[in-house]
Amino acid sequence: MSSTTWEAVIGLEVHCQLMTKSKIFSGAATAYGAEPNTQADGVTLGFPGVLPVLNGDALRMAVTFGLAVGAEVAERCVFARKHYFYPDLPKGYQISQFELPIVGKGKLDIELDDGHGGVIHKTIGITRAHMEEDAGKSLHENYSDATGIDLNRAGTPLIEIVSEPDIRTAQEAVAYLKKLHQLVVYLGICDGNMQEGSFRCDANVSVRRKGEPFGTRTETKNVNSFRYVEKAIEFEIDRQIREIESGGEIIQETRLFNPDTGETKSMRVKENSNDYRYFPDPDLLPIVCTPEYIADIRGKLPELPEAKRARFEKDYGLSAYDARTLTSSRELAAYYEAVVKASGAEAKLCANWVATDLLGALNKIGKDIDTSPISSDALAGMLKRIVDKTISGKIAKEVFEAMLAGEGDADTIIKAKGLVQITDESAIVKAIEDVIAKNPGQLAEYRSGKDKLFGFFVGQAMKATQGKANPDVLNRLLKEKLAG
Amino acid sequence: MSLHELSLRELGEGLRAKKFSSRELTQHYLGRIGRHDPALNSYITVTADRALAQADAADARLAAGQGSALTGIPLAQKDIFCTSGVRTSCGSKMLDKFIAPYDATIVRKLDGAGMVMLGKANMDEFAMGSSNETSFYGPVKNPWDVERVPGGSSGGSVAAVAAGLAPVATATDTGGSIRQPAALTNLTGIKPTYGRVSRYGMIAFASSLDQAGVVARSAEDAAVVLQAMSGFDPLDSTSVERPVDDYVGALGASIRGLRIGLPKEYFAEGLDPGARACIEAAVKVFEGLGASVREVSLPNAPLSVPTYYVVAPAEASSNLARFDGVRYGHRAEGVHTLEELYKRSRGEGFGAEVQRRIMIGTYVLSHGYYDAYYLKAQKVRRLIYDDFRRAFGEVDLILGPTAQSVAIKLGDKSDDPVAMYLNDIYTIAANLAGIPAMSLPAGFHQDLPIGLQLMGNFFDEGRMLNAAHQYQQATDFHKRWPKGFA
Repeated sequence: MSSTTWEAVIGLEVHCQLMTKSKIFSGAATAYGAEPNTQADGVTLGFPGVLPVLNGDALRMAVTFGLAVGAEVAERCVFARKHYFYPDLPKGYQISQFELPIVGKGKLDIELDDGHGGVIHKTIGITRAHMEEDAGKSLHENYSDATGIDLNRAGTPLIEIVSEPDIRTAQEAVAYLKKLHQLVVYLGICDGNMQEGSFRCDANVSVRRKGEPFGTRTETKNVNSFRYVEKAIEFEIDRQIREIESGGEIIQETRLFNPDTGETKSMRVKENSNDYRYFPDPDLLPIVCTPEYIADIRGKLPELPEAKRARFEKDYGLSAYDARTLTSSRELAAYYEAVVKASGAEAKLCANWVATDLLGALNKIGKDIDTSPISSDALAGMLKRIVDKTISGKIAKEVFEAMLAGEGDADTIIKAKGLVQITDESAIVKAIEDVIAKNPGQLAEYRSGKDKLFGFFVGQAMKATQGKANPDVLNRLLKEKLAG
Repeated sequence: MSLHELSLRELGEGLRAKKFSSRELTQHYLGRIGRHDPALNSYITVTADRALAQADAADARLAAGQGSALTGIPLAQKDIFCTSGVRTSCGSKMLDKFIAPYDATIVRKLDGAGMVMLGKANMDEFAMGSSNETSFYGPVKNPWDVERVPGGSSGGSVAAVAAGLAPVATATDTGGSIRQPAALTNLTGIKPTYGRVSRYGMIAFASSLDQAGVVARSAEDAAVVLQAMSGFDPLDSTSVERPVDDYVGALGASIRGLRIGLPKEYFAEGLDPGARACIEAAVKVFEGLGASVREVSLPNAPLSVPTYYVVAPAEASSNLARFDGVRYGHRAEGVHTLEELYKRSRGEGFGAEVQRRIMIGTYVLSHGYYDAYYLKAQKVRRLIYDDFRRAFGEVDLILGPTAQSVAIKLGDKSDDPVAMYLNDIYTIAANLAGIPAMSLPAGFHQDLPIGLQLMGNFFDEGRMLNAAHQYQQATDFHKRWPKGFA
């Protein structure tokens, strides 16, 4: 893409499954992965005479989202029927929202790497978010000349979050999606599982020469990972520019991304010919959200990532980087705060252990903070021993590894392995004197001004105490002895 | 007096006094159905075994001194209400083999009250029709003249009750489907306020207009059954959370001082002089009972028919989209593609009138036509509602004809949908506004029944039923039987 002349215009539609126990309009369960059609009641199956009743939790979650992105929550919103025939859509229409959605205009701030170690801030507008029911799934595998229908997913509550066409690059799109993903997970309204389809993205992409009006857009459907979103958008931008530059035209159409080839492919043409015949669903009265109802939800909003990060920087004196890392999920932030509180250790020290050692280790063993083999209490127990100087920071690494391996809590490991730090000066002096006696050459060099050899003596003395000498005491005594 | 001539109150008293058992009563009706229904075709399905089992259970309850005023009394359920384990066809080939795995809320309530279901009453296909000629199971005949239609869409319900093949029946009314057939068969039929009776398990035609009700042989009978059917249902978001008035208890109060309005638009051109004479005579009866009568205006009432025939088909086209041959209902055989499955299943499963309305509805909701038709109709609907609000500021009840004339002959208008649609001219406005309305016998013209319509304010069923009851204390039209069915 010759970035001097071409510009992409990107808008994202995100379908986010709400974490309700039951479906949006019935009592059927929403759990993922059940045997096909075991979570389909009469409403889900679209039986004659059955009626939808709105799940109050779904509404509450949608309002929660609206408040979190600073959007206006509609006092009155309306469900509408969107009609099309497909076997995984039991009623022949999807209950969605059209003219009066629950959430109006909001915004999301994103941060982008400027390529020089700095950060660029950008605000992406959110056009609207509306509630709707998910469709079922068509199963084409395992059937040679037929299609299986699994309606377990049908009726799962969704919010569809539509962005303004404010996004200009694939990287911005990914930053926006990650931010949105973090937010909905933080709010506890979505499990964020992209593999299972809990958080799905359709990307609307068009290109134009800078300064010109919007070009014709294509919609790429259901791209189910951040990496695929980036690849799909990049491919689409590139394809559209090539198409136009070679004299072609972009057709408004729906395209599917193929992760194996990294390409998008036309799914159906004549998108404009779809007429969904929206009209207000007469089975559902308009939903009225009173100011009291909205205020109640506002009062129960959790601390949002931005606010938490600012607080971590301020209250714990953390760097922006550490604060961002530690607030990347609500669980991690809670873990960190629990460690600080229980250990009484310096916040910065706790941050290093959680953000670097723990996250590094978890990453290596493929676990996340929820399934960490070291609980916040256990890590705090170890940090306490650093604070009270039972062990040094260096020994702590060994204790940490043992904890990770499931050998018990810090005190048990310290005792079992005899890792208690030596603070007894006479023992340390003895070790130092032995080292000096064994290395007369180095001593002479040091005394003649080769200061760097101090490190050599520290290393040797540490080794002589199996690393258990209190480093501060060792340094002080060693300096004295070397000075002669 | 024969069992089928007794009122519901008399039946209840007889059951409790052990003059007859519910089994005997049920067998009496099953016998009459066997003898008379071949001429009328009022039942699609007769559930004799189920009925006798229910009757025995009712007898056991009664023997134990339990049960309600309705325990042991038989009824016919319109075949639009889902009945667990019994076919619910909605008068359509589409659902000829459909057995719902659940009961409609009103079925559950009336079963719970101890009523005995004799069977499922015939009806126009998906309740679309005013003559009961669109049923997949064939037309229903009017007991007052078997060459005439009983009206529709609740034609089976009214024919069964009018001929003494059920003491009472449930029915539904989207644009007059309770009141118009009640008028044509000399019955009392009430459509309550929209939201008063649950729609759960009632197969939807036009959701914002559909309302269940009762057809009976008197206002008193209707009041007892409506009482048992009414009430808030958490399974229906449009049902209203409000206590049910004591309809039966309200009967008996004097109607002295009751203000009755006669909408001038209901007495304009098109009303048969014979019908007009009956209505005018009825007005005199009400005046004699102490009611004051004045003219009111419902200026937008003449727009009811065109408004209805946009709104109702629009909702129907959507509600009937679920009948696609995939999960239940008629499924075409030998299809090769998905599109073919849809087209042929729906083409074979739905009759001509249903297909016509699906097409009209699809058209008015289409891009580019929505504003001109659907949205415009909704605006007119609001004006019609406002007319009633204004009128009920001046009067307590509105009185007028139910239908333009007596029942037509079978086949007379079945090729002319517009003429057929005009049948609903007096009844549709109440559905569009959501107010309660009823029809009651007001005399005969050429030996055929004429119905009188009362319309009440929202949730004013009690007052309306009592006015009808007082009228029936002063008249005996409702006590007459069609020849050959006594």
